[in-house]
Amino acid sequence: MKGLLPTTLEPLGRGHRLLGAAALALILAALVAVFVQAPTEKHLGDVQRIFYFHVACAWTAFLSFFLVFVSSLAYLRTRRAAWDMLAVSAAEIGVVFTSIALLTGSIWAKHAWGTWWEWEPRLTTTLLLWLIYVAYLMLRSAIPEASRRATFSAVFGIVGFVDVPIVFMSIRWWRSIHPAVVSGRGMDLDVAMYPAFFLSLVAFSLVFVSLLTLRTALERSRQQLEEMKRRAIFDLGGEVSHG
Amino acid sequence: MWEALRKHTVAIPVPRLEGRRSSFLSQAMAVAAKDLRAELRTKEVASGTFVFALLVLVIFNFAFDLRAGDNRTLAGPGILWVSITLGAMMGLSHVFGKEREQGSIEGLLLCPVDRSAIYVGKFAAALVLTAAVELAILPLFALFTDLSVLLPPLLLTVVLGTIGFVAVGTLFSAMAVHARTRELMLPLLVLPVAIPIIVAAIEGTRVGFEGKPWADMLPWLTILTAFDAVFLVLCPWLFQYVMEEMGS
Amino acid sequence: MTGSLESTQPAPATTAAPTDVSGNGAWDVEVRGLRKSFGSVPVLRGLNLRIAAGQRAVIVGPNGSGKTTLLKILATLLRPSAGAARVAGFDIRSQTSEVRRNIGLLCHQTYLYGELTCQENLLFYARMYGVVDPPQRSRAMLRLVGLEGQTDTLARSLSRGMQQRLALARAIIHEPLVLLLDEPDTGLDQRWADVLRDLVAERAAQGGTTLLTTHNLERSLDLADRVAVLNGGRIVFSARRDDLDVGSFKEAYSRHTGAAA
Repeated sequence: MKGLLPTTLEPLGRGHRLLGAAALALILAALVAVFVQAPTEKHLGDVQRIFYFHVACAWTAFLSFFLVFVSSLAYLRTRRAAWDMLAVSAAEIGVVFTSIALLTGSIWAKHAWGTWWEWEPRLTTTLLLWLIYVAYLMLRSAIPEASRRATFSAVFGIVGFVDVPIVFMSIRWWRSIHPAVVSGRGMDLDVAMYPAFFLSLVAFSLVFVSLLTLRTALERSRQQLEEMKRRAIFDLGGEVSHG
Repeated sequence: MWEALRKHTVAIPVPRLEGRRSSFLSQAMAVAAKDLRAELRTKEVASGTFVFALLVLVIFNFAFDLRAGDNRTLAGPGILWVSITLGAMMGLSHVFGKEREQGSIEGLLLCPVDRSAIYVGKFAAALVLTAAVELAILPLFALFTDLSVLLPPLLLTVVLGTIGFVAVGTLFSAMAVHARTRELMLPLLVLPVAIPIIVAAIEGTRVGFEGKPWADMLPWLTILTAFDAVFLVLCPWLFQYVMEEMGS
Repeated sequence: MTGSLESTQPAPATTAAPTDVSGNGAWDVEVRGLRKSFGSVPVLRGLNLRIAAGQRAVIVGPNGSGKTTLLKILATLLRPSAGAARVAGFDIRSQTSEVRRNIGLLCHQTYLYGELTCQENLLFYARMYGVVDPPQRSRAMLRLVGLEGQTDTLARSLSRGMQQRLALARAIIHEPLVLLLDEPDTGLDQRWADVLRDLVAERAAQGGTTLLTTHNLERSLDLADRVAVLNGGRIVFSARRDDLDVGSFKEAYSRHTGAAA
């Protein structure tokens, strides 16, 4: 994956365009599979189809936060800025996918359980994941010095990810003490649903990778711009804050 | 007064190549002692934290009638822990807030000290201060709700919960002091991460209030112990990286 | 290098062969090709410096030339962008603990705790540095800088001058081999300057090395065995004190920095 990251300010090359095209193609295929090919679920009807996107988004969100964790560790180890760029890109995209997962989960809840929100383990953990990574982004925006920002967000990224399993377990047990009025039934996947399911998973993953490379390239450009600005100010004899 | 120096009757320290090490523990204790001594002199952090926690407790009394039967065990644990949590948060921001204000962080960085020792010292001092505030809040809670707080399950959750909360809070306090939105940043970082502690502490406390058997405490003790174990190892290690970025 | 070495017998302050207490060969401070940039803003641009054991070195330079940055790098408070440096024979990147044990730094920030008394401040640092018998050493330091009357005064109640003295006590409480002083004479009176001069001379006599930065050219000649001029992130001029007088030094300074002394 690292090979896909651009090293200059050039507009994105062929590799990225191919990746984007592939992602688009797979999304279209997934849409077809979900809306046309997959059978209608017998209890919930057509609304159930949102399930495919919900799970795919949730999976992608989890993948991106795992990436934040790995990049954070790598950054602390090597202190190479590329890992920090990867981390923030993964975190941002992760927040977006988590938001979509929450929205689709809410729609699902409304039609499966009759309520827009339910404090059941998976939804609640997803919400907490969202809160942790929004906090990550807010931490970043509140620290102006580059090296400090990278280190601190790496530390928080590691703590956040390690915390997730503990959060999940605590909510699981909490839920069993305070059972919901409506219980969250699991989904039984019929074999006929497999194509739509896995196609959605792969399609969203590919979209994620494509967005990741775009965002990382953007981050690199942004940081280079910051440096140029600071240099320009210094050359003009202005005050530079040493960070 | 400077005559002593001019006449060299007071020994100028002899420069020597220093090979002896100071022990990790004695340095950690020096840091903890310094923090506690400074706090004992001014008492400003502990008192502010206590009053804030008390205010939260009082405000909740207007939200729920804490004397009415069922309400006490339903809402009581939550109220107790919200007030402790919010109060502790206010206090934790000063663990590094004061150092930053005085510009003394570099003084610590200058010393030949393992950065984790600084963490241990700060953690210990913050733990003592938070415990002091809790010792003051618990009797007041008992007073307001007419519930006994001398229950082993409750006390155990207080001990384990505070340890985990302060462990994470000490680490994040060091980071938060550099953020532009300083007061906002610490709760923003600590609260989501500390959710397991809050949940487990509330439920564990409820087990105590409802007089349930110890077996019911098991999930909550597991969560609290797991959280404490993980973060008591992780935070000192991560702190070293944070400390290196603390200078000016 | 482990274990304490006995200092040599106090010799009269002299600019002849310096006493080598550290036993590291002749150099207590060695800097090679040191570079430091904050982001892409360069401050130190390939600085080279060597200070012999037992020497008193003074660096002068205009504002922004990198004096404070250099001292902070030597004190391991900042990481260099490139280049190498050894202090007291230890590498500043890989042997930071050993470096810290053997240096003292006095700079604009006092690193004192306002709510603690003078004695408590010194006790704290003594413990952090692993000094044997911290209470005795703290008391001795307070006597040395003339603050024994303020033993139990809170640091924040002290005047600026007294705080500087306490900070100096803090900087030397662990008997560092190398003492780094960043513009210690700024805004302070002649009496303080004289005390400083005596302290630095006495240290040198016992084999301690001192590196000092200042704005004041006259005072630098007062204090030094060697002087150097730092400009634009590099050492542009260096000489033995004995080879200079005030006039020639001022002239050399203007020539190399384009600024009036």
